[in-house]
Amino acid sequence: MDNLSSISYFIPELFLSAAILVLLIIDLLLKKEQKIWTGILSAAALIISVFFIFRQYQLPVTDIFYGMLVADSMAVLIKLIAAISSTVIILFSLPYVQEKSEYYILILIATLGMFLMAAVNDILMIIISMELVGLMSYVLTGFTKRNPKSDEASLKYILYAATSTGVMAFGFSYLYGMTGQTNLIKIQQALMTNPPNQAAFFIAIVLILAGLGYKISMVPFHFWLPDVYEGAPTPITAFLSVGPKAAGLAVMIRFLITVVAHPMGASVNAFTQNLQIHIPMLIAVLAVATMTFGNTVALRQTNIKRLMAYSSIAHAGYMIMAMVVFNAQGFHAILFYLVIYMIMNFGAFWVIISMTDKLGSDEISAFKGLGYRSPYAAVSLAIFLFSLTGLPPLAGFIGKVYLFASVIKGGWYILAVLGVLNSVISLYYYANVVRVMFLETAPVQEAVPTTFYDKLMVTLLLAPTLLFGVYWSPVLKLTSISFNIFH
Amino acid sequence: MGMISLVTFIPIFGLLIVLLIPKQNEKAIKWFSAIVAFIPFLIATYMWTQFNYSLSGINNEMQFQFVEHAKWIPSLHIEYFVGLDGLSFPMFWLTTLLSFLAIVASFGINKSVKGYFALFLLLETGMLGVFVALDFFLFYVFWEVMLLPMYFLIGIWGGPRREYAAIKFFLYTLLGSVLMLVVMLALYFNVKDPVTGQHTFNMLHMMNQSNHSGWLLGLDVRYWLYILLFIGFAIKVPVFPFHTWLPDAHVEAPTAISVILAGILLKMGTYGMLRISYPIFPDIAVKTANWLAILGVINILYGAFVAMAQKDLKKLVAYSSVSHMGFVLLGMAAMTDASIHGAIFQMFSHGMITAMLFLIVGVIYDRAHHRQIDGFGGLAVSMPIYAGVAALAFFAAMGLPGMTGFIAEASVFIGSFGVYRTLTILAALGIVITASYVLWTVQRVFLGKLNPKYEHIAEINGRELFTLVPLGILVIFFGIYPMPVLHLMRSSLIHLIALMH
Repeated sequence: MDNLSSISYFIPELFLSAAILVLLIIDLLLKKEQKIWTGILSAAALIISVFFIFRQYQLPVTDIFYGMLVADSMAVLIKLIAAISSTVIILFSLPYVQEKSEYYILILIATLGMFLMAAVNDILMIIISMELVGLMSYVLTGFTKRNPKSDEASLKYILYAATSTGVMAFGFSYLYGMTGQTNLIKIQQALMTNPPNQAAFFIAIVLILAGLGYKISMVPFHFWLPDVYEGAPTPITAFLSVGPKAAGLAVMIRFLITVVAHPMGASVNAFTQNLQIHIPMLIAVLAVATMTFGNTVALRQTNIKRLMAYSSIAHAGYMIMAMVVFNAQGFHAILFYLVIYMIMNFGAFWVIISMTDKLGSDEISAFKGLGYRSPYAAVSLAIFLFSLTGLPPLAGFIGKVYLFASVIKGGWYILAVLGVLNSVISLYYYANVVRVMFLETAPVQEAVPTTFYDKLMVTLLLAPTLLFGVYWSPVLKLTSISFNIFH
Repeated sequence: MGMISLVTFIPIFGLLIVLLIPKQNEKAIKWFSAIVAFIPFLIATYMWTQFNYSLSGINNEMQFQFVEHAKWIPSLHIEYFVGLDGLSFPMFWLTTLLSFLAIVASFGINKSVKGYFALFLLLETGMLGVFVALDFFLFYVFWEVMLLPMYFLIGIWGGPRREYAAIKFFLYTLLGSVLMLVVMLALYFNVKDPVTGQHTFNMLHMMNQSNHSGWLLGLDVRYWLYILLFIGFAIKVPVFPFHTWLPDAHVEAPTAISVILAGILLKMGTYGMLRISYPIFPDIAVKTANWLAILGVINILYGAFVAMAQKDLKKLVAYSSVSHMGFVLLGMAAMTDASIHGAIFQMFSHGMITAMLFLIVGVIYDRAHHRQIDGFGGLAVSMPIYAGVAALAFFAAMGLPGMTGFIAEASVFIGSFGVYRTLTILAALGIVITASYVLWTVQRVFLGKLNPKYEHIAEINGRELFTLVPLGILVIFFGIYPMPVLHLMRSSLIHLIALMH
């Protein structure tokens, strides 16, 4: 589709770009004590963009801007997740970031990048959009300027990201060399009509997986993550654990179903590989490595932010696991899990953000006896953590059921068993936090002061975690219309 | 809302109200919880009077009673499907009884009272749900719902090593249940509802082999699924060698929670095997029955020998549970009418007897603050009533005629002897060992010279008697006249056996 007619498919992005420019100017006019309005207006802009995104479900599936991007329902869902998660992050940050308001604008620009990542259809767009998100993330990670940990994290992040992007770009150059195309769909057609050397193709795939794997923290491309998560301001840690990861998974899915595989027949229910080179087995091994590594290393963590970092690696592993089946059911399960994961992970992070600020430490031992000092926050954190473990009747369980169901239906029994055993491992470190909060007594007994805002945010995230554990049809409805992809 | 839902969810409503009662008002919380737990017992007893003894249940929805069947998540064909038959009703009724008594026995709790009773009520709903669920997904949810409150109840209100015991229990049982999750999903994709042609979690459809689409026909996969399911249930029973969580959990748990653990939770393992493994994989269950019988006898002998070596009274009772659950396994493995009746009756009977034993241990621990068997002596002199009740419970555990344990074990032996001659004789040896550790314990604790330290120890009080006496009466009554319970389960068990062969 040509540029002019593509614009009507690009309204959320245009709106967000305009909002960013307007907010930059407004921010200049605000006095220092009024800067918080930049944050509030940023959240408002995102909420408005959510409505624009929702309306995109009615649009027909097509490619836009001469095939640079696509407009399909998976892009819409990922944009929704990106916009909502950025809104939540801004709400998380409002009590803590009230003067340096450029923070909020950086989040908005990163969100714009995620919108583009959700819809990429060209290898150049993959690099551009991933870098847009990446650049903002480096700055946000190093946002607490005088904190050496934060600086270190930011530098590590840049170096690691630059290397992985470079490797990925090198892989893309192979792909371009073999097919002469940059558009993913055209690459797919070229691969099928004119199959290249299998070994060269495999090398290209592995190189590209390095870049994509870094974005979704797939083992062995995860080394940046724990330090970045620990060093970054906690709301940014929460931000990195959901939005960019969802966008990264979307890019990976798109890459897998265009360059690696193609739809069988006219529908998009099942895919078959373009070249038979055992990619599902490779993904299965990477998934098991990712979840097992994340879970076992998390066992030894004493810092809650590092614990959440390794836990997010493990969760990426669960989601990668469902990619092995290469069918719509597996991808549905991933999208479903992303929605649930966003809610419960943010819930856990909000309690951690609000409590570490008041307790003055992000060591797990600081949470000692929290169950008696701040019962509501502690009970909520326990529920979020058990939901992350995947215990019924909480939402995380349902998410895992869909992931495992798709894997089992595909006949990957051993993979499924390894996956559920990982859930058992994860129970140990999640329950350890709960143990510290409830089974140990605090050195000081006085209640931790909580504001109404703290409780409101917890409740907003707790309600869906409980509700979707027993009645999840609404989420299912949303995700089941969200894999109508462009092909 | 039908009667089953009423019984199952009354504790949840009670929980919500308990949460509203101010924390300081401990007495109100305790009494209110006791009342909330008593109502399900009343309704369950009323249901017993309404129970139709001729309906068999097991694999036919029309034969189930008090059925409630509603859609829950239509897109995944998950249903809210509950019902009772002769297999589940005895356990269902026993759960309501023991929950009530355990709540009364918990009146002595004085740490975070509100949290304790709220979690206890949540636990009760989970337990009842397991026994009524006929949809595998629903069953799984209830099965897991029990874990959380149990973890906290052991971990917060338990003994000195409570944290270790709680997490060990949690990890072990979660390990079992996630394996069950894999089996559940595999079965889901293999089974089709004959009416709608869709996949289903309905257990009864899973039991009908003609609904299996053949996707699992490769016998190897079915074997593996059966083994995974077996491990899931075996951890709960617990079958040797999966039993190591049990002594820790039992010893550290507060008295009332030990009662629930031994009285109800252990039975869920064998109940699950009979409700799910047996009817869904009858061919494999028959083929592997020998192994189950061997494991059962190992349980009987190993549990009894280890119990004999214990110095801690509570640990002794815990290992005696391992031993007694072995009889259930042996009876199940033999698959004859008498043996399976014995097995289920043993589940019912052991639920009451072991509950009594744990309550008795709790009484003495509250007074003496230790449980060393050798640390007492001659308690019958200073606490005659207590000694009398305790002797009754210990003799019941020994399988003395006139009490339920005898009926159960005798019919397991009668039923199994024709099938497993050597194993049954070995199992009968277990009775001798049981008698020796029981009598030896009674002698060391209650008889002999009175330990002067306990000359003025307080006699058992009214509340404690209130929890023990009903169980004592039932143990004797059903020991002399077991027909009400045996009638309850007869049609179901005969049908189950017919299904297996």
